[in-house]
Amino acid sequence: MNSLVKKHVLENGLTILTKEIHHASLISHWVWYRVGSRNEVAGKTGVSHWVEHMQFKGTQKYPINVLDAAISKVGGFWNAMTYLDWTTYYETLPADKASIAIDLEADRMVNSVFDQKETELERTVIISEREGNENEPMFRLSEATRSAAFDQHPYRQQVIGEMQDLRSISRDDLYNHYQQHYTPENAVLAIAGDFNTEDLIKELTQKYADIPVRGKPPHNKITPEITISKSDQITVEGPGDTVYVQISYRAPKATDDDFFVLMVLDSLLTGPASLSMFGGGSISNKTSRLYKKLVENNLSVNISGGLQATIDPFLYDILAIISPEKDVQLIIKTITEEIDRIQNNSVSQVEINRAIKQAKALFAYGSESITNQAFWMGYSSMFADHTWFDTYIDNLEKITKGRILSAAQKYLDPNHRIIGIYRPLQKENK
Amino acid sequence: MDSQNTKNIPGPDTISTYTLKNGVTVLNFSNFNSHSIYMIGILNGSGVLDPSGKTGLAHFTANLLSRGTKNLSFSDFHSQLENAGANLVFSCGTQHAWFRGKALAEDVELLFRLTSDGLQNPSFNQEYVERLRTQLIAGLTIRDQDTSEVASLLLNQHLFPNHPYGQPIDGHIETIQSITRSDIAQFHEQFYSPENMIIVVAGAVDGEEIRDLSDKYFSTWKKDTAVLPKSQLIPPALTNIVRKHKFLEGKSQVDLLMGCFSPTRTSPDYLPVFIGNNILGQFGLMGRIGKVVRSKSGLAYYASSNVSSWSDVGTWNFSAGVNPENMEKAVDLIRKEIKKFVESNVTDQELNNSKSHLIGRIPMALESNAGLANSILTMQRFELGLDYYQKYAVQIDSITANQILSASQKYLHPDHLVITSAGPGEEII
Repeated sequence: MNSLVKKHVLENGLTILTKEIHHASLISHWVWYRVGSRNEVAGKTGVSHWVEHMQFKGTQKYPINVLDAAISKVGGFWNAMTYLDWTTYYETLPADKASIAIDLEADRMVNSVFDQKETELERTVIISEREGNENEPMFRLSEATRSAAFDQHPYRQQVIGEMQDLRSISRDDLYNHYQQHYTPENAVLAIAGDFNTEDLIKELTQKYADIPVRGKPPHNKITPEITISKSDQITVEGPGDTVYVQISYRAPKATDDDFFVLMVLDSLLTGPASLSMFGGGSISNKTSRLYKKLVENNLSVNISGGLQATIDPFLYDILAIISPEKDVQLIIKTITEEIDRIQNNSVSQVEINRAIKQAKALFAYGSESITNQAFWMGYSSMFADHTWFDTYIDNLEKITKGRILSAAQKYLDPNHRIIGIYRPLQKENK
Repeated sequence: MDSQNTKNIPGPDTISTYTLKNGVTVLNFSNFNSHSIYMIGILNGSGVLDPSGKTGLAHFTANLLSRGTKNLSFSDFHSQLENAGANLVFSCGTQHAWFRGKALAEDVELLFRLTSDGLQNPSFNQEYVERLRTQLIAGLTIRDQDTSEVASLLLNQHLFPNHPYGQPIDGHIETIQSITRSDIAQFHEQFYSPENMIIVVAGAVDGEEIRDLSDKYFSTWKKDTAVLPKSQLIPPALTNIVRKHKFLEGKSQVDLLMGCFSPTRTSPDYLPVFIGNNILGQFGLMGRIGKVVRSKSGLAYYASSNVSSWSDVGTWNFSAGVNPENMEKAVDLIRKEIKKFVESNVTDQELNNSKSHLIGRIPMALESNAGLANSILTMQRFELGLDYYQKYAVQIDSITANQILSASQKYLHPDHLVITSAGPGEEII
């Protein structure tokens, strides 16, 4: 998919990745910064996500009202996302309007205002965003489970941040975080679409080359947590009438060869999933092992898996949604037994090949949109480099039964996992 | 006004159309820039056909179509799909039953075969009826605790009293519990039919192949007895404020919805209202409403408006997620914006920005096979003409501020709204 990707590095360290695609007169322009909740410290959780919001509050050149209309008025769409390891800003727009996105992003890499009044207005918006999340049982469960699955690592925090931090973070905290991390050498610019690479590089150089090097951001001592140090079961209580069970295991980092093995393992257990955060299509999971064991046997109403490509080892989650009258411990036992079967060599090559075909289909679906192609170039650069995705299918095709067995034994260890259970509050206690 | 980017816009010259003798219309747009295909279709079998006391029957029926047929067990049906990395979903809306499928181009026949089998030969195996019932009830249990969903249910209930549109497509727990296998089989027999069915395929496949597959899998479906839905009188528009709030315990945020009718999809008022709505609650970071509620007041993470239009009616909704303490403030701000909007023309700058936005975004909407297929279905379904998107820029460009004001005044009034919310706070029923 990325074989046509060209890489160019400016003197100030900004990495530019381009890929010409000419079937539609569009471009998708992404700027990725290596900063996310992984780079936050206690008391300042949520600061990366809040900085992302402040990037929509304007610069001297693009005051808030101008900024708001700049992309939209040419028919483009734009937004931003903050995650564990990164923050990204993107615009997809008609190819002949590419200069607007380039100029706007180059400008807000260094010139965002971070006005005090706007900071306070955004505080309540972000608190409202967190309150919206808190309405969801799965957010509450994920927050508790993740916190238990890490001792110290910042991955234990939700990207949105703790409520008390959202109440206390100051304008200067935000601005300092911006200045430390929004630097050309800490960024990757990825553009796919209908352009001439040589002309585009000239334009990008003109816009970005003068942005000064600020030195690498201060390096928080982040020690990866290779295993979950315990086996624990936690319970979260809240409103509702539905039970949720999340079982979290430590997953390998994205650059570990085992990461691809875990992707296939996840496909066997809970069905195929794309790593793309930007749509493209999905495949159902009704013939996956755990669907057959749990849903087909009327134990749970749904089953899904979750694996993220990250810099440090993160989590592999299995999530079951259960009617309240069902036996939660039986569901946990069934999941454990199915994993045990895989650990005892029950996987066939046919099953592995099927998972690879499904991954190829998801890959093809994800290639349809220019936005998705630009996404992948930048995304894979945040935890590896753009060639990570180029070799994605090749790496899946190398997976053998032996590696599945070995990875299942290593990562899906019942002695090193967190079981989180969300239970509805008893009616009489409400 | 910027010129429209016209690459890849489907039109009469590039869309192949084929009608089978039994009334099925098949449309195909070949797009060899991808390796996949997307298929979408509509037919009779919508939620408005739910009998009294059986709300959710159409939804239940549609969801069972992929849970085993007379030819394939549930497991075989899904093994064939999932082995190929394909996906096929049957669902149900207020106007139609739907199917949507995606596959690699080499597996296009698989999608046709399974769609045809699911629609024509469902087994409605009792075991799967019961399993799906459990899943549907679990979904409804979650829905009934979801602040946004509950506010939406309340809004429809009070916007469409005594009309099927006021009922939830997915039913209520008690109605789903009461539906029998026999109800489902009877519903399918009575309503599912090739008459007026539309299939659209976009992707790396040519028109001839689609024509052959349509003949092979759909031409033999004959059913002259199917009952088509009768249009039901839409309730009169509101002339006052109806305010409802559902208390949901343990929630941090209130989801707020305000709504009224909007023009039908084919009404001359549609485009003026569509553009007006873009100015009011969509453009940039959610238009005038987003600016006032989110950017200037910091009251909500989201605040926007949306117009949805069908063949017989449409709805104009305003939504926001707010802290309970700020709810009434948000209601007041939105109503003030509505008042302003229906009292004076939008500015030239607002109008030009929104027009450019709506015209400029067309190539993005048509970039993927799913986007292409959905757009072609919209043109066919509402009889807009297959050149609709090719003429779209000219049509949008011709709309004036006066037309927006005059069309909006017919539907929108700050004192004629259903206002619903769900979350913390004292119940208003």
